[in-house]
Amino acid sequence: MNIAVLVKLVPDTAAPIRLTSEKDWIETRDLNWVLGPYDEYAVEEALKLTEANGGEVTVITYGKDTAIEALRKALAMGAHKAIVVKKEGYTDLLGTATALADTIKKGDYEMVFAGFKATDDDCAAVGPMVATLLDWACITEVCKLEVADSLATAERDVEGGRETIQAALPCVVTAQKGLNDPRYPSLKGIMMAKKKPVDEIACDHVDPRVETVIFEYPPERAAGKIVGEGVDAVPELVRLLREEARVIE
Amino acid sequence: MSVLVYIEIRNGEMKKASLESLSEAKRLTGRMGGQVGAVMAGSGLAAYADTLKTHGADKIFMLESDDLALYNAEGHLAAVAEAANQMDAKVVMMASTALGRDLAPRVAAKMNVMILPDITEIQGEGEEVIVRRPVYAGKVHMLIKATALPVVLTTRPNIFDLAEDAGAGEVVAISPAFELKSKVTDFASTGGEKLDVAEADRIVAGGRGLKEEENFKLIEELALTLGAAVGATRAVVDNDWRPHSEQVGQTGKTVSPTLYIAVGISGAIQHLAGMQTSKVIVAINKDADAPIFKVADYGIVGDSTVVLPALIEALK
Repeated sequence: MNIAVLVKLVPDTAAPIRLTSEKDWIETRDLNWVLGPYDEYAVEEALKLTEANGGEVTVITYGKDTAIEALRKALAMGAHKAIVVKKEGYTDLLGTATALADTIKKGDYEMVFAGFKATDDDCAAVGPMVATLLDWACITEVCKLEVADSLATAERDVEGGRETIQAALPCVVTAQKGLNDPRYPSLKGIMMAKKKPVDEIACDHVDPRVETVIFEYPPERAAGKIVGEGVDAVPELVRLLREEARVIE
Repeated sequence: MSVLVYIEIRNGEMKKASLESLSEAKRLTGRMGGQVGAVMAGSGLAAYADTLKTHGADKIFMLESDDLALYNAEGHLAAVAEAANQMDAKVVMMASTALGRDLAPRVAAKMNVMILPDITEIQGEGEEVIVRRPVYAGKVHMLIKATALPVVLTTRPNIFDLAEDAGAGEVVAISPAFELKSKVTDFASTGGEKLDVAEADRIVAGGRGLKEEENFKLIEELALTLGAAVGATRAVVDNDWRPHSEQVGQTGKTVSPTLYIAVGISGAIQHLAGMQTSKVIVAINKDADAPIFKVADYGIVGDSTVVLPALIEALK
């Protein structure tokens, strides 16, 4: 079974995010870039499935040359092939999903995995958009998966419970934390990844249907107060929550 | 400039977050003009019509189908697309819940329009749509304008005010065709009165400062006393003390309850990003220099395993 995995290079989640002086983008200097944390689960699950059933894992990213670093990280984990869909200027989510769906159509895949969201723009949209454009089934935010006889059975956490969903392949699955424990690339894997070719694919550019007005920092919280130390401070805390903040009865 | 809102019903309960979307849609048509539509799919939907009317719906589209007793993406997608088409909706909204995150991108792709997910504010004049989106888990916000309509928006729960500003409430039965590509075969409820951290109005969250898994009993007891949901930090989830469904922060859930009590949580940047829009934050931590105190409205410096029993006692 051949599987495609959609990945994205994102800033390390431990990094503070600063804005440019024009407030038109984030300051990208000095950031440490990583393979999307949810993409790691997607890559791991695809590798596990091909190890058990045969087939190849192709990792695909949409972006400029710098985005190839995400592919190298996935190749180091063990992915077989890599494709960068070259981004020509700014587009929007639908443009991104269209470029990726068109690329997937050119391959021979039974499943597509993706992290359920990228931890930069936090959109959680590209996976189900790609599935809809491909007219495939899609299961999102999956934390447990079994694939047998061309049928995917997945579990996902929703508010107040856990859903079990079945879908016939071909199917897009987006990965949530808990799906697996992503492997660390071996030294050999890292060396091999440097030698594996990365295919470049062009795509039609789609003009964005949105325009960034400005970036802002969230409003800073007013300085709070230390009510006191230890159990002695408890009565005063309860009084403040009741009478000042009025958040408890 | 009609606005359509998808209404989520799960386990026989209409989501409050859907009514928040509906209330915001009504405010939006206040300046844009046009009607407010609400669309539902499932079974036994007539029971919800009155509530939707009260919260502003002029038209209430219902796709009744026994196949949709449990959520199905293709069926719900067909319902939203059909209603959007009938209303000529320029804005389609729904709550940014697990279901909304699953459905809204498909709606946008099917309508061949843009989506702006998980917004916390809508601005603009006349027919302009400018939204606020927290990005990088809320470390920064972006204001972004839809330069083409229609557009799909998902609203973050617990942000938009509920309003009762009644609409005409005309019920419209719809029956679009759809092909089931997937099927929800089971829904296992977490059970009882247990609240989900993403929806809760009060949260008591614990971190590594609790020292051992056993001490989470204190967090649960305080949560029970307050009618709050239990939250956890990434470190605690990675240690398997708590399930990932309770994790708050950049690789967990972003929350904005009225009251957030952080116990034994030092305040890693990823955690702060996920809870800093809470209305009132209380921190209990033994390290007076912990970053959590910089965002907390009220703090107690002390050993959480000692302070918690006293706090539970005082609140009972």
